[in-house]
Amino acid sequence: MSKMTLNEKLAILSDAAKYDASCASSGSTRRDSRDGKGLGSNEGSGICHAYAPDGRCISLLKILMTNFCIYDCAYCVNRVSSNVRRARFTPEEVVELTLEFYRRNYIEGLFLSSGIIRSPDATMSDMVQIARSLRKEHNFRGYIHLKTIPDASADLIAEAGLLADRVSINVELPTDEAVKSFAPEKDPATIRKAMADVRMRREAATEKSHTGRRAPRFAPAGQSTQMIVGADGANDTTILGNSTRLYASYGLKRVYYSAFSPIPDATAKLPLVRPPLEREHRLYQADWLLRFYGFDLHDITSGTKDGNLDLHIDPKLAWALNNRHHFPVDVNTAPREMLLRVPGFGVKTVNRILGTRRHRALRYEDLTRLGASLKKAKSFITAAGWSPDALIDSESLRARFAPPPEQLSLF
Amino acid sequence: MLHVAHMPPIGTLAAWRDAARRGLTLGIEPQDMLWTFGAEPSGLFTGTPLPQEIPQAAMTVPRSFVELASNVVWHSDPERFAQLYALLHRLRRTAGLMEDRGDPALARLRAAEKQVTRDKHKMKAFVRFREIERKTPGRRRFGAWFEPDHHIAEPLAPFFARRFGDMDWIIATPQACISFESGRVDIAPGSARPDHPDDATEALWTTYFRNIFNPARLKIKAMQAEMPKKYWKNMPETASIPDLIANAEQRARAMQDAAPTLPPLRSHRILDAAADARPPAEESSDQPDTLDALSRAEAACRRCPLHANATQVVPGSGPQDATMMIVGEQPGDREDLEGRPFVGPAGQLFDTVAAEAGLDRDRAFVTNAVKHFKFTPRGKRRIHARPDAGEVRACKWWLDAELRIVRPKLIVAMGATAAASLTGTGKGITKRQGAIEPGPQGIPVLLTVHPSYLLRIPEPAARAEATARFRGDLEQAVRTLATLSD
Repeated sequence: MSKMTLNEKLAILSDAAKYDASCASSGSTRRDSRDGKGLGSNEGSGICHAYAPDGRCISLLKILMTNFCIYDCAYCVNRVSSNVRRARFTPEEVVELTLEFYRRNYIEGLFLSSGIIRSPDATMSDMVQIARSLRKEHNFRGYIHLKTIPDASADLIAEAGLLADRVSINVELPTDEAVKSFAPEKDPATIRKAMADVRMRREAATEKSHTGRRAPRFAPAGQSTQMIVGADGANDTTILGNSTRLYASYGLKRVYYSAFSPIPDATAKLPLVRPPLEREHRLYQADWLLRFYGFDLHDITSGTKDGNLDLHIDPKLAWALNNRHHFPVDVNTAPREMLLRVPGFGVKTVNRILGTRRHRALRYEDLTRLGASLKKAKSFITAAGWSPDALIDSESLRARFAPPPEQLSLF
Repeated sequence: MLHVAHMPPIGTLAAWRDAARRGLTLGIEPQDMLWTFGAEPSGLFTGTPLPQEIPQAAMTVPRSFVELASNVVWHSDPERFAQLYALLHRLRRTAGLMEDRGDPALARLRAAEKQVTRDKHKMKAFVRFREIERKTPGRRRFGAWFEPDHHIAEPLAPFFARRFGDMDWIIATPQACISFESGRVDIAPGSARPDHPDDATEALWTTYFRNIFNPARLKIKAMQAEMPKKYWKNMPETASIPDLIANAEQRARAMQDAAPTLPPLRSHRILDAAADARPPAEESSDQPDTLDALSRAEAACRRCPLHANATQVVPGSGPQDATMMIVGEQPGDREDLEGRPFVGPAGQLFDTVAAEAGLDRDRAFVTNAVKHFKFTPRGKRRIHARPDAGEVRACKWWLDAELRIVRPKLIVAMGATAAASLTGTGKGITKRQGAIEPGPQGIPVLLTVHPSYLLRIPEPAARAEATARFRGDLEQAVRTLATLSD
């Protein structure tokens, strides 16, 4: 085999990385290179530098160090038993690609992941070397996200957290049983312990020492994880139950849901279907309700059939339709918690309603200017000059929102 | 009398603030103020320029207005200056106007602000540099051409200067050119599209763009909503979009239709080696006879459902020849993370009181009636949940094993759950506190409260009293152990 060019390697190792959903580059420490001694800045909010035709943002150079792997995870394109082409970057190549892309304003930084080669420690050590070179030799002040390897030694994880803005460890699948059957080399308990370890290190780094000096921050943009949706039989209640637990237990910034998507050279163990994109979307909506709208798991899952979210309407609307006795809500008097439950009102809209109604009564026409989606909200609210009359009791209310039944697609 | 205020394309914000301040000081009504914009003041409008020398009155405006104005002045709408000035006038009479999201004039300016901030955001994202020349040593030089909707190059210059600090660059736009050379920012009038040389890195970037795309998830509308076509002509990677879209469905279908292949030969070798290296699963029916063997067996425990939600099992800890065993209820949040018992707030309180009572924790064996953390997730926290009778019974197997291996002379049961596990009932723990009852394997059990109960007493005096009683129980345990050891 002739030696691969950098372009060929990049093709293989970015193709292999596309199944990781995270592209976030926000929420880290503020820093810049105005002093002229380095490259890059980080100002809190992330920037999406391009969008691929799959609608996903491209913020980071998301690549694998290598797609050689000694594990055999059924859902993964890089499993040892797959016949995909293999490639391996040298650490210098990854550093150069990151810096040259960054200089041209293509990216916010690097999201580095890897197949497991030789051993977890050997792999993690190469990844840490890349991050160290970027930070120390090149004074790179952009964003670095390292996918850490659960079995790697504590020293390597400790250094990874000091160099990177974010670290992540994928739980891979919603249940321990699914991990054991589809990723036999991975141990769910080890993954949980690794996440617990990151949480403890992050907490320890925020405490001041006895001299009053603050310890260097550990993964300041937090840790995240990813769950593949639709590869095993887990329903949405199980999936959301697991993410609720993960958020509570390990202080995760994000749980990413990745619709299981056809991969080249798939195994016979998993059915290749169209990725359940709509389901993935509903899970993200439910995740937001759990984290920012005061919903608890029971609110979201109690009204579902067979434990799965309604694919035709969003979970907040589904809750409102199942709990009509709470509506209509008066936008001029209702408390914040109740406003947050109105379909069509986002957190920003609710804040604006609360700010404006301190000065005057809100009329129906005001609400559009406040950012509300009245198509949804109007059936659930009263305002000066507006009452939904009998709408809320109408049997056909759901039909107003759900799309008309489609003819079965043959594909 | 009509006054004319002329706004230059460079330094627009400072010019507008200055003119607005002077207009207000002189009491000029919005309808008497004519705002012009351009490189040179136009001779078309007749009116009196604002006087240069006027007394500066102290003026306070809400911070939110300053933020609004600092974006809206860069908008391309010719009316923006007049609209801002009119709002400023109204602000002096109407308190709280800035919070009124329903006011139509403010809403119009907010909409303009949103267009400017979005345009700025897209410029930060979609500017593409090309390397102009590579001379070593020294700072590398890059150039870009961008076509924004509004006059946003100037306000973005500091952002690019903070980001690309170690290189020289110039970003040309039709409205203004911003550049950065050896640490100095410069702003010059707009220009035509410059001719930058080809940059080989663009081919690598396009390779990345093509391969990070997942053809099975085609969502063209979502892409265009965030990356409208008007930006495409200055972004090298977008040339490959039509081709990616055209072939997506066929590529996705090919992946589904492809028959599974046989794994490569080397995969068997690697998987066999990995299987050999894995330790065999622990047999849970074996009776472990050392603490090490016991904790390995506990790690694989599936006797009740609690293992599924906890991070890890928290086995008892202490010397194998300890004469006293302390039994609590279950691990808490901290114990679950660390895998060691009694390290959280309740454990720390226990340590303090035990030391006061003359009880050396390091010589005792500390453990829990239930070895996995049971909790209810609530937001970012885990709320302790009491284990039920079935879970206590399932875990008794491990507590019995610890007792068999350690063979303590005295057990201290803290709280109702430990009492239930060790004496068969957890009822009436306050009445039984301080009593010594017969326990498993003929070992006496001294009953007391759990330290987390002390932490939950809000009233300081009551807490101090309960803590003193708890300390008394531990002192009694030390004394009792001395008589039992004689």
